Amino acid sequence: MEVNFLRNRNNLIFYFDCDLDHHNVSGLKEKIDKVISKNRPKNIIFDFSRVNFMDSSGVGLVLGRYKNLKSSGGDVKICGLSGEIKRIFMLSGLQKIIPTYTTADEAIVNE
Amino acid sequence: MGYDNEMTTIFTGISENEAFARTVIAAFVSRFNPTVAEITDVKTAVSEAVTNAIIHGYCKDTGMVEVMCAAKNRDIYIEVKDKGVGIADIDKAMTPLFTSKPDMERSGMGFTVMEAFMDSVTVESAPGCGTTVVMKKRLLG
Repeated sequence: MEVNFLRNRNNLIFYFDCDLDHHNVSGLKEKIDKVISKNRPKNIIFDFSRVNFMDSSGVGLVLGRYKNLKSSGGDVKICGLSGEIKRIFMLSGLQKIIPTYTTADEAIVNE
Repeated sequence: MGYDNEMTTIFTGISENEAFARTVIAAFVSRFNPTVAEITDVKTAVSEAVTNAIIHGYCKDTGMVEVMCAAKNRDIYIEVKDKGVGIADIDKAMTPLFTSKPDMERSGMGFTVMEAFMDSVTVESAPGCGTTVVMKKRLLG
């Protein structure tokens, strides 16, 4: 179970380094929420470029953070999606509400 | 059953075994020379079905999950079976975005993903009688 993060001004970028299944995601949520509440960023980016496998648990992870942050005015973005991961996000309809980028650099907001 | 090859694995329904289940299935299916995309499709569908067995079938209890995989020519058959609580309304359970566990931040996409990634998905279940998910996929690669 691995997730690393990088703070860049108002951006908080999370890099996943593990399979995103129900088992791993259960532990990651708490870890991510702690980092978010400590840093209180305006812009949160989830980078999937190092993820080899994801099932619908990954959708639940992103959707849950989106719901939590919506009330506080934070933005959630996703990037680095492989073909299979993109397909799962498209099936869920999540891409209609969460902006998708090729790389984290493109998703970063400089303000 | 007339399959060319068949395997069954039975394991404890704990979340650590989700990765085990999809790895075993990937190893079995890989000998039929699938494409990388086909292997990922099968792994994802199995991961969804096994996760359902663990978190919905057994809820807070722990039981055994049985995964059978068989092949005939390039047709792959997979059964994921639990002896848990069962499903009262299968159509509702298979509705996209429906989840009985919103508190766990489940997306309600499990069956939708299975149906999208496999050629067919059928569910046999009744309250108190467990659930069996049967999935088929023809390898084209």
